Amino acid sequence: MKSEIFGREILKSSGNASVSRRTLLQVGAGLFGSALLPGTINGALAEEHPSIGTYPAGSSGSSVFIGITVPRTGTYALQGEDELKGYELAVEHINSGNELIKKISPKTTKGVLGKELKFGVADSGAKPNEAVQAEQRFISENKAVLMTGSTSSAVAVALNKLAQREKVLYVAGISGSNDTTGKDCVRYGFRQCFYGQTAAAAIGPIVVKNFGKGKKAAYLTPDYTYGHTVTKSMQDYLATAGWTTATNQVAPLGAPDYSSYLLNIANSGADVLLNVNWGHDAVLSTQQAKQFGIFDKMKLVVPYQTPFLAREAGDSLLAGVYAATDFWWTLEDKYPLAKMFVEAFEKKYGYKPEWGANNAYMEFALWAEAVENAGTFYPPEVIKSYEAGRKIQSTVGEVYFRKEDHQLVRPVIIVKGKAPKDMKNKEDYYDVVEIVPGAGLMQKPDAFGCSLGDYT
Amino acid sequence: MINWPNFISQVFNGLALGALLALISSGLTIIYGTLGVLNLAHGAMFMLGGYAGFVAYQYTSSFIVAVIAGSLFVMVVGLAMERIIIRHFYNRPHEDQLLVTFGLGICFVEIVRLFFSSQSKQVPPPPLFQGITSLGFMYYPTYRLAVVGIVAVALGVLFLVLYRTRLGMIVRAGIEDSVMVDSLGINVHRVFMIVFGIGAMAAGFAGIVNAPVVSLTPGVGDDILVETFVVVVIGGVGSFPGAVLGGLIAGEIISVTSMFNPGYAYVMLFAVMTLVLVVRPHGLLGVEGRE
Repeated sequence: MKSEIFGREILKSSGNASVSRRTLLQVGAGLFGSALLPGTINGALAEEHPSIGTYPAGSSGSSVFIGITVPRTGTYALQGEDELKGYELAVEHINSGNELIKKISPKTTKGVLGKELKFGVADSGAKPNEAVQAEQRFISENKAVLMTGSTSSAVAVALNKLAQREKVLYVAGISGSNDTTGKDCVRYGFRQCFYGQTAAAAIGPIVVKNFGKGKKAAYLTPDYTYGHTVTKSMQDYLATAGWTTATNQVAPLGAPDYSSYLLNIANSGADVLLNVNWGHDAVLSTQQAKQFGIFDKMKLVVPYQTPFLAREAGDSLLAGVYAATDFWWTLEDKYPLAKMFVEAFEKKYGYKPEWGANNAYMEFALWAEAVENAGTFYPPEVIKSYEAGRKIQSTVGEVYFRKEDHQLVRPVIIVKGKAPKDMKNKEDYYDVVEIVPGAGLMQKPDAFGCSLGDYT
Repeated sequence: MINWPNFISQVFNGLALGALLALISSGLTIIYGTLGVLNLAHGAMFMLGGYAGFVAYQYTSSFIVAVIAGSLFVMVVGLAMERIIIRHFYNRPHEDQLLVTFGLGICFVEIVRLFFSSQSKQVPPPPLFQGITSLGFMYYPTYRLAVVGIVAVALGVLFLVLYRTRLGMIVRAGIEDSVMVDSLGINVHRVFMIVFGIGAMAAGFAGIVNAPVVSLTPGVGDDILVETFVVVVIGGVGSFPGAVLGGLIAGEIISVTSMFNPGYAYVMLFAVMTLVLVVRPHGLLGVEGRE
C-alpha cells in the first residue's frame, strides 16, 4: 500500500490542557453572552472535557489533522482521485475562509475554530483492511481528529466500526449501502450522500412511469453490502408496481469480464436492465452489455450513478438512460452554492465536477459547520452539534442531519443521459429531470436496524 | 437462467474466455518452466500491450498496427527487463524473484497511471469484426468470435515455435533440465532472454487483442493475473499444452457455473484448482520434477 502524507508536522500530545489567550477570551465572551448564545458555553468549557480518542492531543496545537483514505488503485481508482480533489478543495477553502464555505458554515473564519487543517492521504484500493490500517496509523501517529474516505460501502462500514472503537469522528465518503447508516451505523459516523433506499424511492416512480407496470427486471449487482442493499431496495420498490426479477447477476468487485453474466441476462427475457455496478465495473459491464446486443432488447437504468460513467462509457451509451445521483454540475442553474462550487472546482482542476468530488467537499464543509457550532473538537459535543438538526445551506439547497441515524436528509437528483446532438458542450452529458426532496424518500430511522451506540 | 439455449451459450462463451486465458497463461508458463522465474509482472505486461496498442491506434487508426506495436513493445520491455534485472535473480531464492517481479509490475502500472490517468481508454475492434453475429442459438459479439480465431492462430504459431524449431527444442529441453542444456554447450542465457521476450510478447499480444473487449485501465492486468495463475496450476507448471487445457477449463468453469449461480463462478474456479492440486499436485499435464 502506498501512502502520501502531506503536512506531517504532527501535533505532539501534550497531555496537559494549557489555557491559551484565545480560550480565555472565548470563556469570557461565552459567559458574558450565555443568555443570548447558549451554544457558546459549550465551546467555552471545551478544555474541561475529559480525554477521549485523539482529544485533546489532536487539537491542542495550531492545526488539526484529517486522515483520508481513498482508492487510488483498483476498479474505483478514478472515483477515488476525484473524491480526493473534493477534499483538497474543501481544505483549501476552509483554511482560507472562502466565501462558499462561509455560506455553508457561517461561523467559519479561517480554518476550523481557528486551526489550520492538515491532512494525510492513503490508498485504500477500496479494501476495508487497508483503509482501517491507514486510518489507525493516522490516529496513532498524527492524532487525526477526523477520518474520511471510501468509495466502497465495505470500507465505510469498516471505518464506522473503527471510528466508534477509537472515538474519532468518521464522515463517510461515497457509500451507497443502506447499512452504513442502517444496521452498521455508529455514533461516530456520518454520511451526506444518498443511498440505496433513497435511490430506489427517488428513481423508482420515474422508472415505472416511463417503462410501465408489471415489467421484468434484470440486475447486475456487485457482491458486497452496497450492491446487495441497492438491488434489494430497487426490487422492493418495483415489486409494488408489479415488477418481477428475471435474474440477478451477482459479480465480484473488479470482475475482468462480464460476458457470462450478460449471457444470462440476454437469455432472461427481462425488459429492463438495472446496472447496480459502480466504478470501472459499471463502465465495463455497460460497454460489454452493448457488445452483446442487450440494449437492443432492454432498457438500461442506473440506480446509483458512477462519476464519469457517461464520459467513460462513450458511444452514447447513457443517452436516454435514467440515473439517480447526488449532484450534477448543471444544478448551478438552480442553486447559487452549486454555481460557486462548480466554478471553483473547474478553475482549480479544469473540468466540471462530478458527484464524488461534490460529496467530499460537502463532507468537510458540514463537519466544519458542526465543529464551529460545537465550539470545540471534543467529539461528543461535535456529535451533538451534528445531531441538533440545524438547517444548513448546501450545494443542493437546504439540508439537515437526522439525529437517529446520522444520515443527511438531502434531495436525490434524477438525471437522464443526453444524446450527443443535444449536448451543449463536451461535458453536458445529462439533463436534470427531477430533484426529489430527501425527507419523503427515507425509511424510518430504525427500519434498517440502526443503533448508534455511546458518545463516550 | 438454467435452460439448454443458455447452457450452450455459456459453453461457447467459456471457450472464448478460455482461449484468451490460454494465450496469456502460455507466456507465463513458458517463462516459469524455462527460467524458473515466476513473473508476477505478467499481468502488468498484459496491460502494457493494451496501452502500447492504444497509443499506436491513436496515431494510425489501424488495429493491425496496434496489435504489432503492442506485441513488439512488450517484447522489448521483456527483453530489457530480463537483461537489466531478472538475470541477476536466476540464482536467488524464489522469494526474491517474486518480490522483484511484483515490484516491477507495480512500477509499470503506476507509470501508466501517471501518463494516462485511471480513466479508461477504448480501442475499437477493426471494422470487419464490429457488431453482433447470430449463431442460431445465441447472439455473440463478432469481435469475440474473431478473438477465438486470432488466439487459435497465435497458439498455433507458439506451438510451431516450441515443437518444430531448434529454439523450441532447446526451450523444451531447458524446461526439463536447464543444467543439462547448459552442459551441452548451449548459451542458455541467450535462450533465457529470448524465452522471456517471447513470453512477454504473448502477454502483450493478448493485452492488445483483448483491448476492444474490455476498456483499458492501468489495473486491467491485476485481475487477469490471478486467473492466469489458476490456469497454470490447473494445467501444470511449465507445460504449454497444460496452459491451453487449463485456460479452456477455467473459461468453462467461470462461464458454466455462472449459469447456475454467478456468485460461485470464481469460488468454483478455486475449488477445482484445489481439487487438481490434491489429485495431481503437478497439474493435469505437469510432470514431476519440474517446479
